[in-house]
Amino acid sequence: MLLKQLSRLVKSAAIIGGACFAANSAVAQKLGYPEKEELRFGFIKLTDMAPIAIAYEKGYFEDEGLYVTIEAQANWKVLLDGVIDGRLDGAHMLAGQPIAATIGYGTKANIITPFSMDLNGNGITVSNEIWKQMKPNIPKMADGRPQHPIKADALKPVVDKYNAAGKPFNMGMVFPVSTHNYELRYWLAAGGIHPGFYAPHKGDTSGKIDAEALLSVTPPPQMPATLEAGTIYGYCVGEPWNQQAVFKGIGVPVITDYEIWKNNPEKVFGITEAFAEKYPNTTIRLTRALIRAAKWLDENNNANRPEAVKILSQSNYVGADYDVIANSMTGTFEYEKGDKRKVPDFNVFFRYNATYPYYSDAIWYLTQMRRWGQISEDKPDSWYKDIARKVYRPDIYQKAAESLIDEKLAMASEFPDFSNETGFRAPQKHFIDNLVYDGNTPNDYINKFTIGLKQGDAL
Amino acid sequence: MISVIRQLTQDGEERFCFALVLALFQNFLKALLLPGLGIVGFLLLWSMAASSINTSLGAFPGPKAVAEQLQNLYLEHQQEREKEAAFYQRQEERNAKRLAQDPNYSAKIRPYTGKETFLDQIATSLITVMSGFLLAVLVAIPLGIAIGLSEKLNTAVNPVIQIFRPVSPLAWLPLVTMVVSAVYVSSDPMFAKSFIVSLVTVTLCCLWPMVINTSVGVASLNKDWVNVSKVLRLPAFSHVRKIVIPASIPAIFTGMRLSLGIAWMVLIAAEMLAQNPGLGKFVWDEFQNGSSQSLSRIMTAVLVIGVIGFLLDRSMLQLQRALSWDKSTELR
Repeated sequence: MLLKQLSRLVKSAAIIGGACFAANSAVAQKLGYPEKEELRFGFIKLTDMAPIAIAYEKGYFEDEGLYVTIEAQANWKVLLDGVIDGRLDGAHMLAGQPIAATIGYGTKANIITPFSMDLNGNGITVSNEIWKQMKPNIPKMADGRPQHPIKADALKPVVDKYNAAGKPFNMGMVFPVSTHNYELRYWLAAGGIHPGFYAPHKGDTSGKIDAEALLSVTPPPQMPATLEAGTIYGYCVGEPWNQQAVFKGIGVPVITDYEIWKNNPEKVFGITEAFAEKYPNTTIRLTRALIRAAKWLDENNNANRPEAVKILSQSNYVGADYDVIANSMTGTFEYEKGDKRKVPDFNVFFRYNATYPYYSDAIWYLTQMRRWGQISEDKPDSWYKDIARKVYRPDIYQKAAESLIDEKLAMASEFPDFSNETGFRAPQKHFIDNLVYDGNTPNDYINKFTIGLKQGDAL
Repeated sequence: MISVIRQLTQDGEERFCFALVLALFQNFLKALLLPGLGIVGFLLLWSMAASSINTSLGAFPGPKAVAEQLQNLYLEHQQEREKEAAFYQRQEERNAKRLAQDPNYSAKIRPYTGKETFLDQIATSLITVMSGFLLAVLVAIPLGIAIGLSEKLNTAVNPVIQIFRPVSPLAWLPLVTMVVSAVYVSSDPMFAKSFIVSLVTVTLCCLWPMVINTSVGVASLNKDWVNVSKVLRLPAFSHVRKIVIPASIPAIFTGMRLSLGIAWMVLIAAEMLAQNPGLGKFVWDEFQNGSSQSLSRIMTAVLVIGVIGFLLDRSMLQLQRALSWDKSTELR
């Protein structure tokens, strides 16, 4: 009796198993099982880590057979070292980090990125004291509120006053090769304030040569506390640390990076080249999970954002209050207390092909590294393109996206047209200084800036 | 005692009862009422002070906020356990499905990947501190005995001990981290690197009080006992086992109690700085989060750290009382 039952059970199990196999076999042939199933990913407490949190909480990692542990890191250096020495399998990185690591600025290591995590999402905040001095220089709108975008021209007299009095004008950014450093420098330089050069060939990596504003590194979550302590007068950081300053009443965000460069590429997901070679299926699968998470975040015109904010406000992710994170994540941004304005694209995770790793994005970062002397010698245009091809890996992204399209988990229309995609965005306008950026001609672009190293310049 | 009772019965029943009540009351006063008053007074002062301190994250947390957080943290722990159960269930289903497709697959159950709750962090910290402390005991006591027995060894080693004793754990930490990363390499490590780093830091810092106390205890051995051992011609090992160790138990335990206290303090600092799992990381994470609940959570952690430190000290004291021969000295 028992035996009979048992054999029936085995038979039915076999039938179910067979059915499953038939249904999935087409996919299984194309994309194998992950070679490494237990993964550890690092992140910094910023709202743009959302795709990782969502891929975990919504089970997208598990759908790929990946068991992921997500771990907050103390600062960008610790995070990068973790990926390099293998303590972390992958991480939420500053776009400049994989590039700088590959060209050997800082720790040299071959880090690649198959997935760009978001567009925009940063802001520049100044302390109440500085804001008070800046405000008279800002044109007003009909209703008396300051007119945006606020240019650094309004800050220039304040900085001059400090410098004339012999007081250093200190500002914070999160890492020497961070988006924030380049954005803050871009904004300051566009307003005529010199943010200083780097000269790594002379051992000077502080970036303060000829500087009128002195920029130094502070980890993102500590920005508000450092501003409150008076160590710095302003900072450029990702969310929620600008909104936190408003919430705490210690500073005023003056501009978002959306206004400095509309839809600028921000964080990327970084892994080592060795990891991608050793575990190709795992790499594609984790990219698939992240694409699905990013899609979820932007779906139905940001309908899922409130749920995402709730997840991010958990103490193990970003951990700030719901209201603080919600301010920017749900399409508004609060400048001065009470001055809330609509910035619907403040955080873009998926639309505008935000997740596709464009070579031209990588080259923009390289041009800024050259502009400020982090790359101390002239390089031909071809060098810029070679480095971009080495670090940014749309090939992996394409495999992941195509398998998602095959499984009907995404539509082809949501991705770039892979058969014609060159990896270079059309020349981009919408910079605060109205310059046009074309990734195909990096050296021409560098020569356009008033402040900054040009072709042939050396320190 | 008997004489007292006799005297009391002579003086009459009433007085006896009165004396008994008085004695009981005095005991009660000493054991419960006074500490109780102290705690109540502290709570009052705390809540008064808390409401008048305003930070950029809101008012400083008072006793009420801490009580709420204790509840919250416990609730979070329970929710996390439910999520964990669901995680394992999903994993089993996924494994079964894959086995059906791919019979060669060796399914294994992976540990839960979710976050560590406050209670988990407490457990991690306790395990780490006890491991580091036990390792220190294993090194320090034999070393202390050796130093105590030999004047020459003492003179040779003493400067080194005196130099390392005052070194802060935070100074050791970067060195320990780098050395552990370099030395402890294995594809499937038995312990996490972060655990080893915390443990070694704790050991390095709580070694010294034990070494010093043990050696002093051994060196100040009663000369008569040493002479007895000489007369009996005890071999060296028996001399240590029968005479030296029993005689220096009180000193050894004093060192151990000091060390355990230091170990607990060091661990929290090390966890905070190195972001290693444990209560220190909990405090640091909450500080970084900067949410409106952060301060009250940190305050809760501070109190829990204190209570655990107190309990560790008390249990060491109980052990000392049980093992020490010298019952005459009052221990507090």
